[in-house]
Amino acid sequence: MTTLLDVADVSKLFPAAGGPGAWARIKRRFVGGPANLPQVHAVDDVSFAIGKGETVGLVGESGCGKSTLVRALTRLIDVSDGTITLGDRELARKTSRVFARDRDRARIQMVFQDAGESVNPRFTAFNAIADPLRRLRKLRGAALEERVSTVARQCGLPAELLSRFPHQLSGGQRARVGIARAVAVEPDLLVLDEPTAALDVSVQVVILQLLQRLKRDLGMSYLFVSHDLSVVRLLCDSVLVMYLGKIVEAGPAAEVFAHPLHPYTQALVAAVPRLHDDAGTQLRLSGEPRSPIDPDPNVCRFYGRCPRGMENCKAAMPALRQFGQRHVACHFAEEFLPRP
Amino acid sequence: MTDITANTATRRGGGAAALLRHARYVIGENPITGLSFGLFLLIVIAALVGPWIVPYNPLASDTSAALKPPSVAHWFGTDQLGRDIFSRVVAATQLDFAIAVLSVVLVFLIGGLAGVAAGFFGGWTDRVVSRIADTIMAFPLFVLAMGIVAALGNTVQNIILATAIINFPLYARVARAEANIRREAGFVEAARLSGNSEWRILAFHILPNVFPILVVQMSLTMGYAILNAAGLSFIGLGVRAPTPEWGIMVAEGAANIISGEWWVAFFPGAALMIAVFCFNLLGDGMRDIVDPRRRT
Amino acid sequence: MTAAPALSVEKLCVEFRTRSGVVRALDNVSFSVAKGETIALVGESGSGKSVTAYAVMGILDPAGRVTGGRAMLDGLDLLSASERQLADVRGRKMAMIFQNPRTALNPIRQVGRQIADVLIRHGDVTRKAAPAAAIEMLRAVGITDPVRRAKTYPFEMSGGMCQRVMIAIALAAKPSLLIADEPTTGLDVTTQAVIMDLISDLAKKLGMATIFITHDLALAGQRAARIVVMHAGHIVETAPTRDLFVNARHPYTAELIAATPDSATSLDALASIPGSLPDLRRADLPPCRYSERCPRKTERCAQPLPVGPPEAVHTIACWNPLPERAISAPKVNAA
Repeated sequence: MTTLLDVADVSKLFPAAGGPGAWARIKRRFVGGPANLPQVHAVDDVSFAIGKGETVGLVGESGCGKSTLVRALTRLIDVSDGTITLGDRELARKTSRVFARDRDRARIQMVFQDAGESVNPRFTAFNAIADPLRRLRKLRGAALEERVSTVARQCGLPAELLSRFPHQLSGGQRARVGIARAVAVEPDLLVLDEPTAALDVSVQVVILQLLQRLKRDLGMSYLFVSHDLSVVRLLCDSVLVMYLGKIVEAGPAAEVFAHPLHPYTQALVAAVPRLHDDAGTQLRLSGEPRSPIDPDPNVCRFYGRCPRGMENCKAAMPALRQFGQRHVACHFAEEFLPRP
Repeated sequence: MTDITANTATRRGGGAAALLRHARYVIGENPITGLSFGLFLLIVIAALVGPWIVPYNPLASDTSAALKPPSVAHWFGTDQLGRDIFSRVVAATQLDFAIAVLSVVLVFLIGGLAGVAAGFFGGWTDRVVSRIADTIMAFPLFVLAMGIVAALGNTVQNIILATAIINFPLYARVARAEANIRREAGFVEAARLSGNSEWRILAFHILPNVFPILVVQMSLTMGYAILNAAGLSFIGLGVRAPTPEWGIMVAEGAANIISGEWWVAFFPGAALMIAVFCFNLLGDGMRDIVDPRRRT
Repeated sequence: MTAAPALSVEKLCVEFRTRSGVVRALDNVSFSVAKGETIALVGESGSGKSVTAYAVMGILDPAGRVTGGRAMLDGLDLLSASERQLADVRGRKMAMIFQNPRTALNPIRQVGRQIADVLIRHGDVTRKAAPAAAIEMLRAVGITDPVRRAKTYPFEMSGGMCQRVMIAIALAAKPSLLIADEPTTGLDVTTQAVIMDLISDLAKKLGMATIFITHDLALAGQRAARIVVMHAGHIVETAPTRDLFVNARHPYTAELIAATPDSATSLDALASIPGSLPDLRRADLPPCRYSERCPRKTERCAQPLPVGPPEAVHTIACWNPLPERAISAPKVNAA
């Protein structure tokens, strides 16, 4: 599979608790202060690739950095370090403000979690879908209307709904507007940030099937962020598991869920309610995650919460190692590998 | 599929036609809104054509008919110079209404836009705008208005300017808060993904959302602006005689209350009260019309 | 069921008065919970599951009215009780926890004090002894360092911790009935598992009946002994959990299971539910509110729904239910 998006060593750091105020900054310049201010390592040295036509899932609990990573990939925020290469174009070099006017802006688009929040309440469905077409494809008048109609039809949105405002649409219809807006400019990569989280299960089915159809018809790749592992299992070819800013496991979705190798993934899979299982598996995570502020680079991020913690886990950060198609960042990965 | 060439207006939300239909629905729904709209219309008509349809010339004095109580010939009676009070009250509508509208538009422009920019961009824009607002709020507002008019001169333009300045902090604060809430909203991020520059987002995505809230504020400020102008005129800092203006008329008639000629101050005062009351009621009705979330 | 149930809801009817008409939110909802039993109220949005809970607790929106039925708790009809009687019962005999823990807690009051409030009002604990008792409650819900945490405010705590505090507040006076309205929606799946474990453990320890409201069928199946399926203000099916998943008889239940991602191995195998919810403002709603979208509709469905024997373990509100032991649901391909 040819690689569409290559993410290499991407990091994003934020000043902790908003950072020093204006006066504190001025003071620092004259009086001086500690060399390094405390920083939150939201995303820490993340590398992965998305192939053409592939659907990659991204899972992890809140605070693991997936929102930040996704915003960095879609160039809504800038990275602190690393490269993001789309095709043959390196994207991270330009700042996000400048990138809004870039010719490649349309190649990565995003579908947001809550379509009610992500569509301007004062825009009709038509205007919401037309906005990127006006800005990025410079369409006007009849050409614009035709394109919007086509996209709306592709996304199962009846034409008479185009003149409605978001609050006049049902949850499923709003989700379709969000999708139509994103695919209208025919992106190469579509990032979906929990697109069905707010929807009823019956509506979710329809939307997921629509997404799969669109992917085939328009030849896109997907990065599907979700906390619902059952959905990720159905929709994604491969999956990335994040914890506290790092990727701890990666591999084909079916295999990762059937035989998770990293202790965190194991706990995650054990926690998902299954229709035909009891809540028997007692693999439970206790406590809270470690602080993401200036974490010790030599200690595994999962140490302390991990059911198995050894001296080694405190001494060296486990690297993401490859085992065939699987990648795991754990010193004990070999123990869990499925026997050949 | 419906015809693509069908009415564009329908797709754009119906435009003016739908707005009018919704307006009629809202007005019909709530009798108080209907009443305030009717009153508002009356005031607008009086402002537009008042000076030309009144029975007497507002400036013509006839000292022989001075201080006559309300009668068939003079509905509101006459003042000390024999001028017909009814004609003066109606004629004054134009001036007071103009002052109200112009002050409000001015403060919406400077205050609203400054506040939205401060809330959206943050940083130094926010600091500068907020400190300006704080400085203005440090003064008792009416005293500040007095000071501005006294310093710049007794003209209608300066009254408008002074009113706008003393209302600046309110608009800036409200606009800043609303813009700040929406700064990281999903639709703003979506707008960035769609290739909008920050200024476009401010103008076309944020401002239309802040506008309804400011509109309610504008209606309330109109009432306050009239009271402000009337207050300034009352103490001699506003419009000068013989121009008919409700504030001056109340001031001129105040002394006569003691001697029993209540009508000289009463009718302009009642007009003031009704106008302010009407503008206040208007605020709620306006928001119901303008806010698309309430459209059903 | 020979012993008296902890809660018995009989023919509950609720209406809401809105600008655009009267919404018949609940129609003849009847179910019961035995002492110490955990049941789940399952349904999609608009099914009326939360409205049922709010009606029982007496905290319906002012626009809502109970137009019929009884809710018997320990011999008291909650629906016709006075506000004073309800205030006595809430906390002491029944308690509720809500979906968004951070907004359900008082943001300007320390969590320890919020628990102490309940203990003083309902728990027969003196004002002096309350703070210590509150700390013990925090410990019981698994909050580490409870002495320090008792003095924190909700905004300083994570979602999972806030939910534990809410559970502590609800269970402080040891009620015999707990209603949990989507308590883990919005929490991470790992936190969800821990919180659900906590609720189950405490329910067992206190011998407390639990009504667990959720839209997640798999979660309901894991935690509840019996499941009550709701659709458009009706109860369509109630059954013991295993029975429901293996032997779903009502067409809606079968469709719901077939739409749950966990039930399929590929996306194409998932079925969406045909049609949409009927408009509950209509005056001409058919007796079976699912009939208009049901592929198994017959002429009999225009009649009032059958009422099974009250002791029945598996009740179905349907004239044409799926045959016994139907494993797969009728498949409908989404457009």
